[in-house]
Amino acid sequence: MQGLNPSNRPHGDPSRHAPNRPAPARPVAPQQRRRDPAPSRLAYRLNRLMLTPLYRRLLHVGLPAFLAVMVAGIWLSDEDRRASLTGGIDGLVQKVQNRDEFMVRMMTIEGASPVVDKGLRAMLPVELPASSFDIDLEKLRERVLKLDAVEAIELRIKPGGVLSAVVTERVPVMLWRHARGIELLDKTGHRVASATSRDVRKDLPVIAGEGADKAAAEALALIDAAGPILPRLRGLERMGERRWDVVLDRGQRIMLPEDKAVMALEHAIALVRAQDLLARDVSVVDLRMGNRPILRLGLDAQNMLRRARGQEEIPTGDSADGDRAVASNNKKKAG
Amino acid sequence: MRDLYRNQRAMRNMRRQAMQRGVIAVLDIGTSKIACLVLQFDGPGQFRETDGVGPMAGQSNFRVIGTASTRSRGMRYGEIDNMAEAERAVRTVIQSAQKVAGVRVDHIIACISGARPASYGLAGEITLDGGKVNEEDVASVLAACEAPDFGRGREVLHAQPVNFAVDNRSGLSDPRDHAGNRLACDMHVLTIDGDAAGNLVHCIRRCDMELAGVASSSYASGLASLVEDEQELGAACVDLGGGTTGVSIFIKKHMIFADAVRYGGDLITQDIAKGLRVSHAVAERLKTLHGGVEATGRDDREMIELGGETGDWDTDRRSVSRADLIGIMRPRVEEILEGVAGILDAAGFDYMPSRQVVLTGGGSQIPGLDQLASRILGQNVRIGRPLRIQGLPHNATASAFSSAIGLALLTAHPQDEWWDFEMPSEAYPARSIRRAYRWFRNNW
Repeated sequence: MQGLNPSNRPHGDPSRHAPNRPAPARPVAPQQRRRDPAPSRLAYRLNRLMLTPLYRRLLHVGLPAFLAVMVAGIWLSDEDRRASLTGGIDGLVQKVQNRDEFMVRMMTIEGASPVVDKGLRAMLPVELPASSFDIDLEKLRERVLKLDAVEAIELRIKPGGVLSAVVTERVPVMLWRHARGIELLDKTGHRVASATSRDVRKDLPVIAGEGADKAAAEALALIDAAGPILPRLRGLERMGERRWDVVLDRGQRIMLPEDKAVMALEHAIALVRAQDLLARDVSVVDLRMGNRPILRLGLDAQNMLRRARGQEEIPTGDSADGDRAVASNNKKKAG
Repeated sequence: MRDLYRNQRAMRNMRRQAMQRGVIAVLDIGTSKIACLVLQFDGPGQFRETDGVGPMAGQSNFRVIGTASTRSRGMRYGEIDNMAEAERAVRTVIQSAQKVAGVRVDHIIACISGARPASYGLAGEITLDGGKVNEEDVASVLAACEAPDFGRGREVLHAQPVNFAVDNRSGLSDPRDHAGNRLACDMHVLTIDGDAAGNLVHCIRRCDMELAGVASSSYASGLASLVEDEQELGAACVDLGGGTTGVSIFIKKHMIFADAVRYGGDLITQDIAKGLRVSHAVAERLKTLHGGVEATGRDDREMIELGGETGDWDTDRRSVSRADLIGIMRPRVEEILEGVAGILDAAGFDYMPSRQVVLTGGGSQIPGLDQLASRILGQNVRIGRPLRIQGLPHNATASAFSSAIGLALLTAHPQDEWWDFEMPSEAYPARSIRRAYRWFRNNW
């Protein structure tokens, strides 16, 4: 290596010392700062604190729960976010509910008259097509049952999006005339519809008086039992909401007792058959006392009797006199 | 003595409290290793009668739920040398044991191996008033033991009644309800240096732990490694530790003597380090991996690489024969065993009916130690391993853990100490109601 040494330096100078080279340093082992394995006093105390069950539970359960509630609370404290959240949820629910599988497209109604059919369709709370989630069948059924003309209804949503309603209508069997008008009643006495006049249903018998609808079943039984007097029957009248009067034409009446009215009517019919009772001038057949039928004679018959006895006749035509006469007659009877 | 009584009583109450809570830790602070066992007391209901597990002196009541051991720091001769360092070591071991156990431990029972233990045999005697021994008489006879001058700054670590005698009947373990006129007792008192004990207490208090008891390490390792027959017939337990070598002598299931030699395995390591000019860590490794005390011809050919991290190639590539290593170790082991033999002589071990010596502790793992020991200590020498206790991991079953395990056994089944008896009524300050009651009962 000539180039490294200066060529002009004189070689072999005895006065020159050997170069003073420092001894090479001993290779130092890499100084690794060994970490003290002992926990610091603070770490030790914290560790022990964390091993305390209360703090442990607080940190593992309480803190996450608190954080979650806090984040949710902060996020929800904004009106817009709340609205968007509820809107999103509603939209999702709507999306599922409005799927094709859940849609109801048509309504079929069986066994209903045109009026009821129309009413039923009007009662449906939503316009078809609608989701089946929007149609509350139970509520609808309750509402429909409030219609007087409907006795029972079976509502179901059939596959294919059909809302089927099977309606059982009430059958009117009699007319009820009362102070507020005329109504059609079914066999249980439930109102079916109102009628403008008696001529609407001439085929049905008439009952009258307050509370007649509550005893409709009995009225039907009486009408069934009327038999030979049926052609003369004008109707039944409920007296004092407790007993029936059978009203016949020519102003005749059969007063029936409170209980066993049918039996009493049969008794009267037997009398009619045997003695042709009603063909005579009898205004009232009173059967209210079970074992003793009482007859009230007509005015002509009374006058005839009076004439035969030589008594004063009861004047006819004057209502005031008539009333008095009836009153005196009654008094006489009672005496 | 009054202060001591109160302190020990307080520690007993602490222990009872810890047992009720169910978790207690035992801590063996040695010179080379600190071990901590966390014990869970489940009560006696854990085993059924049909399991074949009897009460077993309380050993079936608990199980170990956490174990940790770490290198000891700041300790010398079984005493605390550097308080801050020792505290760090205690913190380390307690924290790792708690981590294993998963529970927080508040009460700790510690054992101390050094602190110059000194044994005293005391005798006391009283005349019985009632002709029958009752509980108060037992307390009185214990209080009547004449205590010699223990010296300045000495604390009583153990004061165990060893033997009771009523009239001429000696060898009673429970004299209550015996008829007689005279009750005598022998008590074994172990005292240690008060300052060393105070340092230990202070160190544990600084770790936020409540001290629930202190025991002598040599006593604890004797409890763990002597089998029941040896404890009954008489045996000495030699705990070859790092800084101290503890000796305890048992007969009739009572410790009657305990002492410690103030050198141990660390001295062997030091000799190796000096003799082979290696670092302390390397010397420790050589001792544990290749050490021995009986050289054979094969050991001359077995070369051991010394290794090391000095950075000097020549130094780090040396090798010695195993015979050289044994040649360094053997004189030191002999010296330790001769120290033990001196203690045994002083204790009168030669007059015991059965002269069984059990070697335990980390130093007992030196191969060939039992042959060497039988030449120095007598013929009946065996290497003892600690009793197996429930839940102890396998790496903590080595003989180095015998004092920790013995401490666990002592916790489960504590030995009656003088302070476990009611203080005799005469010792109460002022005339107490009890004394009045006694006077009434004697005179009416």
